[in-house]
Amino acid sequence: MHLRFTAADEEFRAQVADWLSENLVGEFAAVRGRGGPGDEHCFVEERKAWEQRLAEGGWTCIGWPEAWGGRNASIEQQVIFNEEYARAGGPGRVGHIGETLMGPTLLAFGSDAQKKRYLPGIKSGRDLWCQGYSEPSAGSDLANVRTRAIFDEPSQRWRISGQKVWTSLAHESDYVFVIARTDPQQKSHKGLGFFLIAMDQPGVTVRPITQLTGTAEFNEVFFDDAVCSAEDIIGEPGDGWKVAMGLLGFERGVSTLGQQMLFQTELDEIIRIAKSNGSAQDPAIRQRIAEAHIGLRAMRFNSLRMLSGVADDASLGREAMIYKLYWSSWHRNLGKLAMDVLGPDAELLLDGPYELGRLQSLFLFTRADTIYGGTNQIQRNIIAERALGMPKEPRGTAT
Amino acid sequence: MDFRFTDEQRMLADTASAFMQEVADSSATRQAMISDAGYCAESWQRLCEQMYWQGILVPEACGGLDLGFVEQIIVLEAMGERLHCSPLFSSVIATLALRSVPESAIAFSLLERICAGDIVSLAHTEARPDWGSEGVGVTASIGESGWTLDGCARFIPFGHSANTFLIVARHAEGLGLFVADNNQPGVHCQRVQTMDQTRAMADLTLTNVSVAREYCLSTDFEGTLDAVLDAARILLAADQVGGARKSLELSVDYVQERVQFGRSIASFQAIKHKAADMMVKAESARSLLYAAGCIADEWLSGYSDERALCEAAAMTSAAAGEAYFFTAGSGIQLHGGVGITEEYDIQLYFKRARSTEAYLGNPTAQREVVARLLLDGDS
Ligand SMILES: Cc1cc2nc3c(=O)[nH]c(=O)nc-3n(C[C@H](O)[C@H](O)[C@H](O)COP(=O)(O)OP(=O)(O)OC[C@H]3O[C@@H](n4cnc5c(N)ncnc54)[C@H](O)[C@@H]3O)c2cc1C
Repeated sequence: MHLRFTAADEEFRAQVADWLSENLVGEFAAVRGRGGPGDEHCFVEERKAWEQRLAEGGWTCIGWPEAWGGRNASIEQQVIFNEEYARAGGPGRVGHIGETLMGPTLLAFGSDAQKKRYLPGIKSGRDLWCQGYSEPSAGSDLANVRTRAIFDEPSQRWRISGQKVWTSLAHESDYVFVIARTDPQQKSHKGLGFFLIAMDQPGVTVRPITQLTGTAEFNEVFFDDAVCSAEDIIGEPGDGWKVAMGLLGFERGVSTLGQQMLFQTELDEIIRIAKSNGSAQDPAIRQRIAEAHIGLRAMRFNSLRMLSGVADDASLGREAMIYKLYWSSWHRNLGKLAMDVLGPDAELLLDGPYELGRLQSLFLFTRADTIYGGTNQIQRNIIAERALGMPKEPRGTAT
Repeated sequence: MDFRFTDEQRMLADTASAFMQEVADSSATRQAMISDAGYCAESWQRLCEQMYWQGILVPEACGGLDLGFVEQIIVLEAMGERLHCSPLFSSVIATLALRSVPESAIAFSLLERICAGDIVSLAHTEARPDWGSEGVGVTASIGESGWTLDGCARFIPFGHSANTFLIVARHAEGLGLFVADNNQPGVHCQRVQTMDQTRAMADLTLTNVSVAREYCLSTDFEGTLDAVLDAARILLAADQVGGARKSLELSVDYVQERVQFGRSIASFQAIKHKAADMMVKAESARSLLYAAGCIADEWLSGYSDERALCEAAAMTSAAAGEAYFFTAGSGIQLHGGVGITEEYDIQLYFKRARSTEAYLGNPTAQREVVARLLLDGDS
């Protein structure tokens, strides 16, 4: 057990850093540090172009096998890439859902034809994906989805009808992956299918939802006889839940380390302000800043432990389960700390009609962190049930 | 970068927990803690002879195993899990102090004696108000025939059983490190009664104690003391992490068995969520602990500096102290009435959580150390 990187890894680090500093210039200089949750509405076109620039440099999907355009990068290299990316101020990736969720899911569960059809578009930064899981009646209780998928024999296509909600970036996406009910007789996690659906078709309507920040990154998505081909279901009808859960497992991958580097820049900014406005002398603020720093280090070592152990024993999954609850709570506390460090100034907007500063967005939007991707309560249920072996929550009968 | 145990480390962890299961079950611990010495001499002897954990950080030349800090943490974590009453922690800190002073025949032979199972204790503080150099309460003056030591040091783990003390004393120009045996004239060490009975403590009083010149191992020990104490905080955190994980395990086992309202109380969400929070704290402290172990290893081999060690120690100590207190405290709550009884072990963990949390600086003090590194000065 050690934390030092090898000379070859350090060389790789230098290579990444060099490429980023040569490329985050000109038209891309403005996107440094922008985008990401709470800031997704910024510089969208530039960030889409950036995806393609990254791809040309061979810096998308680096962990994928070489056969699918990746570099087969080791865990260490992926850690390094994410660290350097964030250090260089690389913008929030508009392609992250494709790269970190859809791609790994296709690699794990997709047919060769599906891989051929969809992986290149993700790899090249051309196709953007969004995640169509939640519905009005299926939030925490995801298995309660009602969107229907019916196979139409004559046309040999699936017809999808229903409503998704909170679909992040749907308004910018080319494709959506959807879990829908293939067997109306079955309840809960049985009888579901996992579908890959093009957004640009008459049966799909996207309506943005305005958030507490005044901006809109998530949407309602309506499917009204939307179609996808017979080849666009991953696995068999009925396998949807298995695929959907497999995909959520990928959410805890190496990209979390890049996220931590963004957290570090936020914390650094808060420290800078605390030093300049004198709040760094307040004993209570000092305690909280130290706590935030310790928490972020713990987060890093939690994920290194989780990643280093991937090849290891089965107990690993156990520790990985604490990850979401830990980072979301940490980040939410950071948002509040930012406000308390700013003091009365925290209340003042940059401009009308509702132009928030970065830390104000942080404060407001981190309230979402403990909700999306499984709420903190659901995370605690998961930890208690799967990591600690405690009894499962009873199911009710209300609808 | 490889943040997981090597095969050898994994084997050591397995051996450690098997050995602890053998020598430190609940009744053995309870017997040891009320004995005069506060530990079981026979298990200590077995630990020294069969496990040789006292030699983990001792250089090979002195008969040690010359393994790493991570290995030391592994065994201390296993011991903490079982509330093991043992002077090992003392001897390891003494080992670190002896490794940090200029080489000498005396230091060499003390390291050999540690390997042989002698208990050597660092006596450094009165802990008023500070656990570091400001708390040093012994003075050393130099004369014709050598040094004379006077004063007190307190809170020395298992000091009453120590064969030899490494005494930190203030002299005209700074801090020095001195060696005195427990049977030397003027040396008086006595166990004090403590709320946590599993970690016995003693006070040392020195009255006009003569120490020959060669028994002064360093006259410039101030910076070294800080580093040794930082290393000690990491070692102590291993005990805390072990205890925190066990507190969680005992509590989950208990709530699974206990039935109220016609169902296992483990099925109540308030209980499940509390257990989840306990696990998050314990496992995060554990991650910090292993990282600190790696950093301490780098410090021992000269790859990283005292500042890195200090930061790692303060972070780990704050997190482990808090995790232990939280898991043991919540553990009592999950046990209900039986948690308040003498009979159930959770109360012993609670007491050890409290005593270790306060030892060498509580979490608030540790966070202030981190704050100083982050917020004060230009560095
Ligand atoms: C910013 C943002 C982006 C999102 N992006 C996407 C996306 O791209 N794609 C997508 O599919 N979804 C997305 N979501 C949806 C998100 O996954 C859901 O909001 C989340 O799963 C919670 O569901 P819900 O909103 O219906 O809340 P509910 O399930 O109604 O929960 C309400 C409250 O009840 C609690 N609760 C519910 N069940 C239990 C239980 N069993 N035990 C204890 N407490 C419980 C919850 O913790 C919560 O506090 C996004 C959400 C947000 C906020």
